[in-house]
This record gives sequence, structure tokens and C-alpha cells, in this order.
Amino acid sequence: MFDDRSPIYHQIAEAIKNDILSGELGADEQVMSTNQYAAFYRINPATAAKGFQQLVDEGVLYKRRGIGMFVSADARDALLAQRRERFFADVVEPMVAEARVIGIPLDDVVAHLQTLKGRDQA
Amino acid sequence: MTFGIEIQDLTVRYPGVTAIDSLTLKLEGGKIYGLLGRNGSGKTTLLSLIAAFRRVTEGTILVDGEAPFENERLTQQICLIRESGDLVVEGEYVKGILHRARMLRPGWDEEFAQRLLDLFEVPVNRGVTKLSRGQRSALGITVGLASRAPLTMLDESYLGMDAPSRYAFYDVLLEDYIAHPRTIILSTHLIEEVARLFEQVVIIDNGRLVAHEDTESLRMRGAAVVGPAAAVDDFTTGMTVLGEQRLGGTKSVTVYGEIGRDARAVAADWGLELSPVALQDLFVHLTKGDRA
Repeated sequence: MFDDRSPIYHQIAEAIKNDILSGELGADEQVMSTNQYAAFYRINPATAAKGFQQLVDEGVLYKRRGIGMFVSADARDALLAQRRERFFADVVEPMVAEARVIGIPLDDVVAHLQTLKGRDQA
Repeated sequence: MTFGIEIQDLTVRYPGVTAIDSLTLKLEGGKIYGLLGRNGSGKTTLLSLIAAFRRVTEGTILVDGEAPFENERLTQQICLIRESGDLVVEGEYVKGILHRARMLRPGWDEEFAQRLLDLFEVPVNRGVTKLSRGQRSALGITVGLASRAPLTMLDESYLGMDAPSRYAFYDVLLEDYIAHPRTIILSTHLIEEVARLFEQVVIIDNGRLVAHEDTESLRMRGAAVVGPAAAVDDFTTGMTVLGEQRLGGTKSVTVYGEIGRDARAVAADWGLELSPVALQDLFVHLTKGDRA
């Protein structure tokens, strides 16, 4: 589940964001408690709490005192907007850079995208 | 209830060797700590002093604000389980050890103890010397956890257990810590396996404190810089270099310290790859020193 590439609390936050994006966690749905999360993934509860706190700070989750944490109503839309904004920088540009390195002409990439587009519309 | 620990200028000298060398360390109550150090680094000496197994001669140790040595209130509530062999007294039965713990520990939970003995398949009617190494470790763990001591220290006490038993132990430890928060110190050689359980890590080497930090921050502090040798050398000039390796024209240098946003941009520009270092690797680098 977790790797050494970034802090674990960061990975926890990303995993929950992905669940929200995929629709697995809906608006106003309650998320696992930090203790449940910690026990399930065998991590320190303070580390799990840090991941959840990051999501509260970003407005993705909100707390209801004594009950738990819930998905903000607009969390999915906000996350989608963020991902869309980053899509070209995070996904397309590295792809173009890789194509250059290994000598695939950009025209070939464009042509391939056109094929995929055609398949999508078929 | 949890106990905090304050250690000030602690020194322990054995003939010809300084086991603990002016160590100052403050551990807040209620966290799980990983105590890491090589063999002979002073871990066991340190834990024995905190547990009042030995008297402090230079410096001070305060547990919950008081010196633990010959302090009955504290010694009942501080539980140190050492390596598996520790509990073994010739001719003693598992039952006898459990009975002693029940008498000594105000927080003892009999039901929990029984559950652990079942979980780890420790036979209670057997002599302790007849137990396998894994069963002896499991007995130590059982006494350590079921004591519910506000300060619980496990000094490599589960190393004799096989992998499935160790994972069962990690699960039980977390579950019980969540239900009954207390200060827990684990010393271990199996760093990668347990690193995620630690809120903070304390690393000692040659009796000196090398690092005391949140596990995640410590982990993020190490980085391997990989790329063309000349560029790597330029980039790492002035940084704390823990180790380096070279393969043809490529060099990998492990550095310790914050690498800021600007430095990361420079690295990307120079075609250098920065990757995090596993806690165990960081530990190896920080403690390899110059001794044999």
C-alpha cells in the first residue's frame, strides 16, 4: 500500500482523494476513523491522523465533533478541477519529453491520439 | 495513564568503555518510540537505567517527574521486557511467571493475557526452559503488553518469533495502544518491518544520541542523489554526505539534510535524480562510524 517515495501521511491523503475521485467515497459520507485506518494499515495512529488533518486543512474532509470525519460536499469537484489543471504538466509534458528521448516524432504521438479519439467515438 | 521521560547528561562508564556518553533526551508520554542502535550502542544499558534495574551514577533520569531507582510507585508501572532469555529461571513454569506479573502489575489484564497466550500458542503448564525460542519471546510479549504499564519497553523481545507471529504482535500492539494509550519504546533490528509503527525514532550510537525525530521527517531528511559523477559532486558539495557509490560514470551519493525547492529545481536541471532513502538505510549510514 505505501512506499518510501513520500511521507506516509501524504500517501494516505492521496489514497483518500483517489477514493473520492473514483466515487468510492461520496459527498457527506463518513470516512474511516484514524484509529481504524491505523490498525488496518499497521501504521502509527499519529501518522494516520496527520494525513486526515491535511485533508481537513485542504477542505476535502470536515469534522463533526464526537462523530468523525466526512467528505466535503464540493470535494470531488474541487479535486477534479485540481487534477485537470495539473493534467498537462503532470501527464502530457512528461510523455512528450519521453517521446523526444526515445526518438518518437510528435506527429506519431498526435496520430496515435487521433486513433484513440476515433476509437472513443466509435 | 502515560509516563514521559527526561534524561539529562546521562553517562555510564564500564571499565575501559563509556556505554552511555552524556546523553540528553526528552520523550513525551503517550507515543510509540523506536529505539535504534547497533549492537553495543548502549540501548540495553539505557533501557535498564530507565527501568530502574540499575542505579544512575552520572546525570539524571526522570520518569513521570521522579527518579525511578528504588521508587516503588514507578517500578510497578515501568515494564521492561528484555530478550527472550531474560524471563527464564531454571525450574520455573509459565504459570509462575504469569502469577508474578499479576501480583506486581496494578494494570494487569488477565483476560488479555490469556488471549495473547492463545494467540501465540504458549503452553501455560510447561517449564519455561522447555519452551521454544519463539514461545519464550511470545511469553515476554504477553507479560509486556498485559501489564498495561504506563511505560512499556520491549528490548528486542520479539526477535525470536517467526514472521507470522511478529505480524500478529504488531497488530495486537497497535490495537491495544489505541485502546489503552501509553508510552511504548521498542528497540529492534527489524527496522523496516516496524518503522511505520513508530511515531518517533531515537537513534543512538556509541552511547551518544544521533537522532531523535518524527519517523516521517527523519525519513524525508535522507536522499540519494544519482547522476553523472561530476554533477553529483558539484550538487552535494557542502552537504552532509553519508555514503557514496560509483558505477562507471554514474555516482550515487546519500545525503542527510533538508533539500529545498530551489535545490530540487537545480537537480532536475542538471539531470540528477533525487530519491528517498529507506529508514533502515538511513540508520546504517548514520551509525556506521569508524569502528569495526
